Amino acid sequence: MSGETRQPAAMAATQGTPTAAMIKALGLVSAICGLIIVGAYQSTFDAVAANKRIATERAVFKVIPAARSIAEFVALPTGTVEKLGAGGTANSANNAVPGAIRFFAAYDEGGQLAGIAAEGAAKGYADTVRIMFGYSPACQCVVGIGVVSMRETPGIGDKIITDKAFLANFTALDTRLNADLGALAHEVKAVKHGAKTQPWQVDAIAGATITSRAVGKAINDSAQLLLPRLVPNIDKLGKS
Amino acid sequence: MTTLTAPRSWDEFMEGVWRQNPLFVMVLGMCPALAVTVSAVNALSMGLATTFVLTCSCLLVSLLRKLIPKEVRIAVYIVIIATFVTVVDYAIQAISLALYDALGAFIQLIVVNCIILGRAEAHASKNPPLPAVINALGMSAGFTLGLFALGSVREILGAGTLFGVSLFGPNFQPWVVMLLPPGGFFVLGAWLLLFSWWARRGLGKPVKEAVEHV
Repeated sequence: MSGETRQPAAMAATQGTPTAAMIKALGLVSAICGLIIVGAYQSTFDAVAANKRIATERAVFKVIPAARSIAEFVALPTGTVEKLGAGGTANSANNAVPGAIRFFAAYDEGGQLAGIAAEGAAKGYADTVRIMFGYSPACQCVVGIGVVSMRETPGIGDKIITDKAFLANFTALDTRLNADLGALAHEVKAVKHGAKTQPWQVDAIAGATITSRAVGKAINDSAQLLLPRLVPNIDKLGKS
Repeated sequence: MTTLTAPRSWDEFMEGVWRQNPLFVMVLGMCPALAVTVSAVNALSMGLATTFVLTCSCLLVSLLRKLIPKEVRIAVYIVIIATFVTVVDYAIQAISLALYDALGAFIQLIVVNCIILGRAEAHASKNPPLPAVINALGMSAGFTLGLFALGSVREILGAGTLFGVSLFGPNFQPWVVMLLPPGGFFVLGAWLLLFSWWARRGLGKPVKEAVEHV
Protein backbone atom coordinates (compact mmCIF):
# COMPACT_ATOMS: atom_id res chain seq x y z
CA MET A 1 0.00 0.00 0.00
CA SER A 2 2.91 2.33 0.52
CA GLY A 3 4.72 1.19 -2.62
CA GLU A 4 4.23 4.50 -4.43
CA THR A 5 5.57 6.61 -1.60
CA ARG A 6 8.63 4.43 -1.22
CA GLN A 7 9.73 4.80 -4.84
CA PRO A 8 11.09 8.39 -4.64
CA ALA A 9 12.88 7.68 -1.40
CA ALA A 10 14.62 4.70 -2.92
CA MET A 11 15.67 6.76 -5.94
CA ALA A 12 17.03 9.53 -3.77
CA ALA A 13 19.00 6.96 -1.85
CA THR A 14 20.72 5.66 -4.98
CA GLN A 15 21.96 9.15 -5.77
CA GLY A 16 23.68 9.42 -2.40
CA THR A 17 22.43 10.98 0.80
CA PRO A 18 23.69 14.32 2.07
CA THR A 19 25.81 14.06 5.20
CA ALA A 20 23.40 16.20 7.21
CA ALA A 21 20.57 13.76 6.52
CA MET A 22 22.70 10.85 7.68
CA ILE A 23 23.67 12.63 10.88
CA LYS A 24 20.05 13.56 11.45
CA ALA A 25 18.90 9.97 10.98
CA LEU A 26 21.62 8.56 13.23
CA GLY A 27 20.92 11.19 15.88
CA LEU A 28 17.22 10.47 15.82
CA VAL A 29 17.73 6.71 16.08
CA SER A 30 20.26 7.11 18.89
CA ALA A 31 17.88 9.38 20.79
CA ILE A 32 15.02 6.91 20.50
CA CYS A 33 17.27 4.01 21.54
CA GLY A 34 18.70 5.99 24.44
CA LEU A 35 15.22 6.71 25.74
CA ILE A 36 14.25 3.05 25.50
CA ILE A 37 17.36 1.92 27.37
CA VAL A 38 16.99 4.50 30.14
CA GLY A 39 13.33 3.54 30.50
CA ALA A 40 14.19 -0.13 30.79
CA TYR A 41 17.00 0.53 33.27
CA GLN A 42 14.81 2.70 35.49
CA SER A 43 11.89 0.31 35.51
CA THR A 44 13.96 -2.79 36.29
CA PHE A 45 16.43 -1.20 38.73
CA ASP A 46 14.54 -2.02 41.94
CA ALA A 47 13.70 -5.56 40.88
CA VAL A 48 17.31 -6.28 39.89
CA ALA A 49 18.67 -4.90 43.17
CA ALA A 50 16.13 -6.93 45.16
CA ASN A 51 17.01 -10.06 43.19
CA LYS A 52 20.72 -9.57 43.88
CA ARG A 53 20.09 -9.06 47.58
CA ILE A 54 17.91 -12.17 47.78
CA ALA A 55 20.50 -14.20 45.91
CA THR A 56 23.25 -13.09 48.33
CA GLU A 57 21.07 -13.78 51.37
CA ARG A 58 20.18 -17.21 50.08
CA ALA A 59 23.83 -18.05 49.48
CA VAL A 60 24.77 -16.94 53.02
CA PHE A 61 21.83 -18.71 54.67
CA LYS A 62 22.82 -21.90 52.88
CA VAL A 63 26.31 -21.98 54.39
CA ILE A 64 25.19 -20.77 57.84
CA PRO A 65 21.83 -22.43 58.43
CA ALA A 66 21.21 -20.64 61.76
CA ALA A 67 21.40 -17.22 60.08
CA ARG A 68 18.30 -15.03 59.92
CA SER A 69 19.80 -11.69 58.86
CA ILE A 70 23.06 -10.54 57.30
CA ALA A 71 25.25 -7.47 57.19
CA GLU A 72 28.00 -6.72 54.70
CA PHE A 73 31.52 -5.89 55.87
CA VAL A 74 34.94 -5.35 54.36
CA ALA A 75 38.24 -6.39 55.88
CA LEU A 76 40.84 -3.78 54.98
CA PRO A 77 44.53 -4.51 54.41
CA THR A 78 45.32 -2.37 57.45
CA GLY A 79 43.80 -5.10 59.60
CA THR A 80 40.50 -3.42 60.44
CA VAL A 81 36.96 -4.34 59.50
CA GLU A 82 34.35 -1.84 58.36
CA LYS A 83 30.64 -2.20 57.98
CA LEU A 84 29.23 -1.27 54.61
CA GLY A 85 26.19 1.00 54.54
CA ALA A 86 22.69 -0.22 53.94
CA GLY A 87 23.14 0.90 50.34
CA GLY A 88 24.87 -2.45 49.89
CA THR A 89 26.13 -3.00 46.38
CA ALA A 90 26.35 0.63 45.28
CA ASN A 91 28.25 1.51 48.40
CA SER A 92 30.71 -1.32 48.15
CA ALA A 93 31.62 -0.20 44.64
CA ASN A 94 32.56 3.24 45.94
CA ASN A 95 34.48 1.79 48.85
CA ALA A 96 36.61 -0.37 46.60
CA VAL A 97 39.84 -0.02 48.56
CA PRO A 98 42.50 -2.13 46.87
CA GLY A 99 42.99 -5.37 48.79
CA ALA A 100 39.77 -5.06 50.78
CA ILE A 101 37.94 -8.36 51.23
CA ARG A 102 34.18 -8.41 51.30
CA PHE A 103 32.43 -10.73 53.72
CA PHE A 104 29.06 -11.14 55.37
CA ALA A 105 28.31 -11.41 59.05
CA ALA A 106 25.27 -13.57 59.69
CA TYR A 107 23.12 -13.22 62.81
CA ASP A 108 20.72 -15.74 64.31
CA GLU A 109 17.19 -15.12 65.59
CA GLY A 110 18.41 -13.48 68.79
CA GLY A 111 20.68 -11.13 66.84
CA GLN A 112 23.83 -12.95 67.99
CA LEU A 113 26.66 -13.52 65.55
CA ALA A 114 26.03 -16.94 63.99
CA GLY A 115 28.95 -16.97 61.60
CA ILE A 116 30.85 -15.33 58.76
CA ALA A 117 30.37 -16.00 55.08
CA ALA A 118 32.98 -15.10 52.50
CA GLU A 119 33.69 -15.91 48.90
CA GLY A 120 36.66 -17.75 47.52
CA ALA A 121 37.70 -18.61 44.00
CA ALA A 122 40.19 -20.94 42.36
CA LYS A 123 40.77 -22.39 38.94
CA GLY A 124 38.84 -25.61 38.42
CA TYR A 125 38.75 -28.02 35.51
CA ALA A 126 36.83 -25.87 33.04
CA ASP A 127 36.81 -22.41 34.54
CA THR A 128 37.10 -20.59 37.83
CA VAL A 129 35.07 -22.19 40.60
CA ARG A 130 33.62 -19.53 42.87
CA ILE A 131 32.35 -20.71 46.22
CA MET A 132 30.97 -19.19 49.37
CA PHE A 133 31.97 -20.71 52.67
CA GLY A 134 30.61 -20.27 56.17
CA TYR A 135 33.06 -19.76 59.04
CA SER A 136 32.12 -20.26 62.64
CA PRO A 137 34.17 -18.17 65.09
CA ALA A 138 33.14 -20.53 67.91
CA CYS A 139 34.92 -23.60 66.53
CA GLN A 140 37.31 -21.65 64.25
CA CYS A 141 36.27 -23.87 61.42
CA VAL A 142 34.45 -23.86 58.11
CA VAL A 143 30.92 -25.10 58.61
CA GLY A 144 29.46 -25.13 55.13
CA ILE A 145 30.08 -24.33 51.48
CA GLY A 146 27.95 -23.33 48.55
CA VAL A 147 28.85 -22.83 44.92
CA VAL A 148 28.44 -19.30 43.58
CA SER A 149 29.36 -20.08 39.99
CA MET A 150 31.21 -22.76 38.06
CA ARG A 151 31.31 -24.38 34.66
CA GLU A 152 32.53 -27.81 35.70
CA THR A 153 31.54 -30.94 33.80
CA PRO A 154 27.94 -31.91 34.55
CA GLY A 155 27.77 -35.24 36.31
CA ILE A 156 31.46 -35.17 37.33
CA GLY A 157 32.78 -31.84 38.61
CA ASP A 158 29.37 -30.64 39.68
CA LYS A 159 29.23 -33.40 42.28
CA ILE A 160 30.77 -30.87 44.65
CA ILE A 161 27.23 -29.54 45.07
CA THR A 162 25.54 -32.88 45.71
CA ASP A 163 28.08 -35.43 46.94
CA LYS A 164 27.20 -35.99 50.62
CA ALA A 165 30.55 -37.50 51.55
CA PHE A 166 32.34 -34.51 50.03
CA LEU A 167 30.10 -31.97 51.75
CA ALA A 168 30.74 -33.75 55.05
CA ASN A 169 34.28 -32.32 54.80
CA PHE A 170 32.81 -28.93 55.48
CA THR A 171 30.89 -29.56 58.67
CA ALA A 172 33.98 -28.79 60.79
CA LEU A 173 36.95 -28.04 58.58
CA ASP A 174 39.75 -26.80 60.81
CA THR A 175 40.85 -23.26 59.91
CA ARG A 176 42.50 -22.25 63.21
CA LEU A 177 45.08 -19.48 63.02
CA ASN A 178 48.67 -20.01 64.13
CA ALA A 179 50.05 -18.51 67.31
CA ASP A 180 50.81 -15.01 65.98
CA LEU A 181 47.46 -14.86 64.11
CA GLY A 182 49.28 -14.18 60.84
CA ALA A 183 48.15 -17.18 58.85
CA LEU A 184 46.27 -20.45 59.14
CA ALA A 185 47.90 -22.99 61.44
CA HIS A 186 47.43 -25.62 58.78
CA GLU A 187 46.90 -25.03 55.09
CA VAL A 188 43.51 -26.25 53.90
CA LYS A 189 44.19 -28.74 51.16
CA ALA A 190 42.30 -31.32 49.16
CA VAL A 191 43.85 -34.77 49.34
CA LYS A 192 43.21 -37.85 47.24
CA HIS A 193 39.94 -39.62 47.85
CA GLY A 194 40.19 -41.68 51.02
CA ALA A 195 43.50 -40.12 52.15
CA LYS A 196 42.06 -37.58 54.61
CA THR A 197 43.64 -37.96 58.05
CA GLN A 198 43.58 -34.43 59.49
CA PRO A 199 40.63 -32.09 60.19
CA TRP A 200 42.09 -29.43 57.86
CA GLN A 201 42.21 -31.75 54.89
CA VAL A 202 39.48 -32.07 52.28
CA ASP A 203 38.71 -35.56 51.05
CA ALA A 204 38.46 -35.18 47.26
CA ILE A 205 35.73 -36.80 45.19
CA ALA A 206 37.08 -39.74 43.21
CA GLY A 207 37.03 -38.69 39.56
CA ALA A 208 36.62 -35.01 40.37
CA THR A 209 39.95 -34.37 42.05
CA ILE A 210 40.70 -31.16 40.16
CA THR A 211 37.38 -29.58 41.09
CA SER A 212 37.75 -30.75 44.69
CA ARG A 213 41.22 -29.25 44.83
CA ALA A 214 39.84 -25.97 43.51
CA VAL A 215 37.36 -25.89 46.38
CA GLY A 216 40.14 -26.54 48.90
CA LYS A 217 42.36 -23.90 47.34
CA ALA A 218 39.54 -21.36 47.18
CA ILE A 219 38.86 -21.77 50.90
CA ASN A 220 42.53 -21.71 51.74
CA ASP A 221 43.38 -18.61 49.68
CA SER A 222 40.43 -16.67 50.98
CA ALA A 223 40.81 -17.77 54.62
CA GLN A 224 44.57 -17.06 54.64
CA LEU A 225 43.85 -13.44 53.74
CA LEU A 226 40.60 -12.85 55.56
CA LEU A 227 40.91 -14.65 58.89
CA PRO A 228 44.09 -12.91 60.14
CA ARG A 229 42.30 -9.58 59.68
CA LEU A 230 38.96 -10.82 60.95
CA VAL A 231 39.67 -12.86 64.06
CA PRO A 232 41.23 -10.02 66.15
CA ASN A 233 38.21 -7.87 65.29
CA ILE A 234 35.50 -10.46 65.71
CA ASP A 235 33.90 -8.53 68.61
CA LYS A 236 33.37 -5.50 66.39
CA LEU A 237 30.85 -7.41 64.29
CA GLY A 238 28.57 -7.26 67.32
CA LYS A 239 24.86 -7.73 67.06
CA SER A 240 22.61 -7.04 64.14
CA MET B 1 -7.92 -6.67 0.33
CA THR B 2 -9.12 -7.30 3.86
CA THR B 3 -10.29 -10.80 2.96
CA LEU B 4 -6.84 -11.60 1.65
CA THR B 5 -5.01 -10.27 4.70
CA ALA B 6 -5.76 -13.08 7.10
CA PRO B 7 -4.52 -16.05 5.05
CA ARG B 8 -1.57 -14.05 3.73
CA SER B 9 -0.52 -13.10 7.24
CA TRP B 10 -0.81 -16.71 8.25
CA ASP B 11 1.34 -17.81 5.31
CA GLU B 12 3.84 -15.11 6.17
CA PHE B 13 3.90 -16.37 9.75
CA MET B 14 4.25 -20.04 8.82
CA GLU B 15 7.01 -19.18 6.38
CA GLY B 16 9.30 -18.57 9.31
CA VAL B 17 8.01 -21.45 11.41
CA TRP B 18 8.27 -24.10 8.74
CA ARG B 19 9.39 -23.34 5.19
CA GLN B 20 12.29 -21.13 6.22
CA ASN B 21 12.80 -22.29 9.77
CA PRO B 22 15.85 -20.28 10.81
CA LEU B 23 17.43 -23.17 12.67
CA PHE B 24 16.69 -26.30 10.69
CA VAL B 25 16.31 -24.92 7.17
CA MET B 26 18.43 -21.78 7.03
CA VAL B 27 20.84 -23.08 9.69
CA LEU B 28 21.34 -19.61 11.21
CA GLY B 29 21.91 -18.66 14.83
CA MET B 30 23.92 -21.78 15.62
CA CYS B 31 25.88 -20.11 18.40
CA PRO B 32 23.03 -19.81 20.92
CA ALA B 33 21.39 -22.92 19.50
CA LEU B 34 24.32 -25.09 20.55
CA ALA B 35 25.41 -23.25 23.66
CA VAL B 36 22.33 -22.60 25.76
CA THR B 37 20.12 -25.56 24.90
CA VAL B 38 21.17 -27.73 27.84
CA SER B 39 17.67 -27.58 29.27
CA ALA B 40 14.19 -26.91 27.99
CA VAL B 41 13.80 -23.87 30.23
CA ASN B 42 17.01 -22.28 28.99
CA ALA B 43 16.07 -22.98 25.39
CA LEU B 44 12.62 -21.47 25.77
CA SER B 45 13.94 -18.42 27.61
CA MET B 46 16.54 -17.84 24.94
CA GLY B 47 13.85 -18.24 22.30
CA LEU B 48 11.57 -15.75 24.04
CA ALA B 49 14.39 -13.25 24.51
CA THR B 50 15.24 -13.52 20.81
CA THR B 51 11.54 -13.21 19.94
CA PHE B 52 11.33 -9.95 21.84
CA VAL B 53 14.47 -8.52 20.27
CA LEU B 54 13.59 -9.65 16.76
CA THR B 55 10.01 -8.41 16.87
CA CYS B 56 10.77 -5.03 18.45
CA SER B 57 13.77 -4.39 16.20
CA CYS B 58 11.80 -5.27 13.08
CA LEU B 59 8.95 -3.01 14.18
CA LEU B 60 11.27 -0.07 14.80
CA VAL B 61 13.29 -0.66 11.63
CA SER B 62 10.08 -0.84 9.66
CA LEU B 63 8.70 2.35 11.23
CA LEU B 64 11.93 4.23 10.53
CA ARG B 65 12.61 2.64 7.15
CA LYS B 66 12.01 5.84 5.18
CA LEU B 67 14.25 7.89 7.45
CA ILE B 68 17.25 5.59 7.36
CA PRO B 69 19.75 6.47 4.62
CA LYS B 70 21.02 3.31 3.00
CA GLU B 71 24.67 4.26 3.59
CA VAL B 72 24.29 3.97 7.34
CA ARG B 73 21.54 1.39 7.51
CA ILE B 74 23.61 -1.43 9.00
CA ALA B 75 24.89 0.85 11.76
CA VAL B 76 21.33 1.92 12.51
CA TYR B 77 20.08 -1.67 12.59
CA ILE B 78 22.84 -2.68 14.98
CA VAL B 79 22.07 0.24 17.29
CA ILE B 80 18.39 -0.67 17.30
CA ILE B 81 19.08 -4.36 17.89
CA ALA B 82 21.59 -3.59 20.64
CA THR B 83 19.02 -1.37 22.34
CA PHE B 84 16.48 -4.15 22.60
CA VAL B 85 19.13 -6.63 23.66
CA THR B 86 20.01 -4.29 26.52
CA VAL B 87 16.34 -4.07 27.46
CA VAL B 88 16.02 -7.85 27.46
CA ASP B 89 19.23 -8.14 29.46
CA TYR B 90 17.79 -5.93 32.23
CA ALA B 91 14.46 -7.71 32.05
CA ILE B 92 15.99 -11.15 32.56
CA GLN B 93 18.07 -9.87 35.49
CA ALA B 94 14.88 -8.54 37.01
CA ILE B 95 13.00 -11.80 36.45
CA SER B 96 15.57 -14.33 37.60
CA LEU B 97 19.29 -14.09 38.34
CA ALA B 98 19.62 -17.86 38.10
CA LEU B 99 18.32 -17.77 34.55
CA TYR B 100 20.59 -14.81 33.79
CA ASP B 101 23.61 -16.81 34.96
CA ALA B 102 22.53 -19.86 32.98
CA LEU B 103 22.19 -17.91 29.74
CA GLY B 104 25.41 -16.04 30.44
CA ALA B 105 26.96 -14.06 27.64
CA PHE B 106 24.53 -15.42 25.09
CA ILE B 107 21.94 -12.79 25.91
CA GLN B 108 24.35 -10.02 24.93
CA LEU B 109 25.35 -12.06 21.90
CA ILE B 110 21.81 -11.82 20.51
CA VAL B 111 23.15 -8.57 19.04
CA VAL B 112 25.18 -10.50 16.52
CA ASN B 113 22.56 -13.15 15.85
CA CYS B 114 22.39 -13.10 12.07
CA ILE B 115 18.71 -14.03 12.03
CA ILE B 116 17.86 -10.62 13.44
CA LEU B 117 20.12 -8.54 11.25
CA GLY B 118 19.02 -10.68 8.31
CA ARG B 119 15.33 -10.03 8.98
CA ALA B 120 15.90 -6.31 9.48
CA GLU B 121 17.83 -6.03 6.21
CA ALA B 122 15.86 -8.46 4.07
CA HIS B 123 12.32 -7.86 5.25
CA ALA B 124 11.60 -5.14 7.79
CA SER B 125 13.44 -2.42 5.87
CA LYS B 126 11.24 -3.01 2.82
CA ASN B 127 7.84 -3.62 4.39
CA PRO B 128 5.27 -1.74 6.47
CA PRO B 129 5.16 -2.42 10.22
CA LEU B 130 2.39 -5.04 10.29
CA PRO B 131 3.86 -7.50 7.77
CA ALA B 132 7.31 -6.91 9.25
CA VAL B 133 6.09 -7.83 12.72
CA ILE B 134 4.21 -10.88 11.44
CA ASN B 135 7.27 -12.07 9.59
CA ALA B 136 9.44 -11.46 12.64
CA LEU B 137 7.01 -13.32 14.89
CA GLY B 138 6.99 -16.26 12.49
CA MET B 139 10.78 -16.41 12.39
CA SER B 140 10.94 -16.09 16.16
CA ALA B 141 8.42 -18.87 16.61
CA GLY B 142 10.47 -21.05 14.28
CA PHE B 143 13.66 -20.23 16.17
CA THR B 144 12.05 -20.81 19.57
CA LEU B 145 10.58 -24.12 18.42
CA GLY B 146 13.96 -25.15 17.06
CA LEU B 147 15.72 -24.26 20.32
CA PHE B 148 13.04 -26.08 22.29
CA ALA B 149 13.42 -29.15 20.08
CA LEU B 150 17.15 -29.16 20.86
CA GLY B 151 16.81 -28.25 24.54
CA SER B 152 14.11 -30.75 25.41
CA VAL B 153 15.90 -33.67 23.77
CA ARG B 154 19.19 -32.76 25.43
CA GLU B 155 17.56 -32.37 28.83
CA ILE B 156 15.61 -35.63 28.55
CA LEU B 157 18.66 -37.64 27.48
CA GLY B 158 21.29 -35.79 29.46
CA ALA B 159 19.52 -35.34 32.77
CA GLY B 160 16.42 -37.55 32.55
CA THR B 161 14.17 -34.58 33.23
CA LEU B 162 11.94 -32.17 31.34
CA PHE B 163 11.43 -28.68 32.81
CA GLY B 164 13.19 -30.07 35.87
CA VAL B 165 10.61 -32.84 36.37
CA SER B 166 12.15 -36.28 36.56
CA LEU B 167 10.81 -38.55 33.82
CA PHE B 168 12.44 -41.91 34.37
CA GLY B 169 12.80 -42.19 38.13
CA PRO B 170 15.98 -42.54 40.16
CA ASN B 171 17.36 -45.55 38.28
CA PHE B 172 17.95 -43.67 35.05
CA GLN B 173 21.63 -43.20 34.31
CA PRO B 174 21.86 -39.77 32.64
CA TRP B 175 23.59 -39.62 29.29
CA VAL B 176 25.81 -36.76 30.41
CA VAL B 177 27.52 -36.17 27.07
CA MET B 178 24.23 -34.77 25.79
CA LEU B 179 24.64 -31.80 28.15
CA LEU B 180 28.19 -31.18 26.97
CA PRO B 181 29.05 -29.32 23.76
CA PRO B 182 29.38 -32.53 21.68
CA GLY B 183 25.84 -33.47 22.66
CA GLY B 184 24.64 -30.22 21.14
CA PHE B 185 26.14 -31.20 17.81
CA PHE B 186 24.74 -34.74 18.01
CA VAL B 187 21.21 -33.55 18.67
CA LEU B 188 21.42 -30.75 16.09
CA GLY B 189 22.70 -33.25 13.54
CA ALA B 190 19.87 -35.62 14.34
CA TRP B 191 17.25 -32.89 13.91
CA LEU B 192 18.75 -31.71 10.62
CA LEU B 193 18.76 -35.32 9.45
CA LEU B 194 15.13 -35.71 10.42
CA PHE B 195 14.14 -32.52 8.61
CA SER B 196 15.89 -33.42 5.39
CA TRP B 197 14.52 -36.97 5.59
CA TRP B 198 11.04 -35.47 5.88
CA ALA B 199 11.80 -33.30 2.89
CA ARG B 200 12.99 -36.21 0.80
CA ARG B 201 10.05 -38.39 1.74
CA GLY B 202 7.84 -35.67 0.29
CA LEU B 203 6.01 -35.33 3.58
CA GLY B 204 7.34 -31.85 3.95
CA LYS B 205 7.43 -30.80 0.31
CA PRO B 206 7.69 -27.09 1.13
CA VAL B 207 10.79 -27.72 3.17
CA LYS B 208 12.44 -29.46 0.25
CA GLU B 209 11.84 -26.47 -2.02
CA ALA B 210 13.13 -24.13 0.61
CA VAL B 211 16.21 -26.25 1.15
CA GLU B 212 16.94 -26.17 -2.57
CA HIS B 213 16.44 -22.44 -2.73
CA VAL B 214 18.67 -21.55 0.16
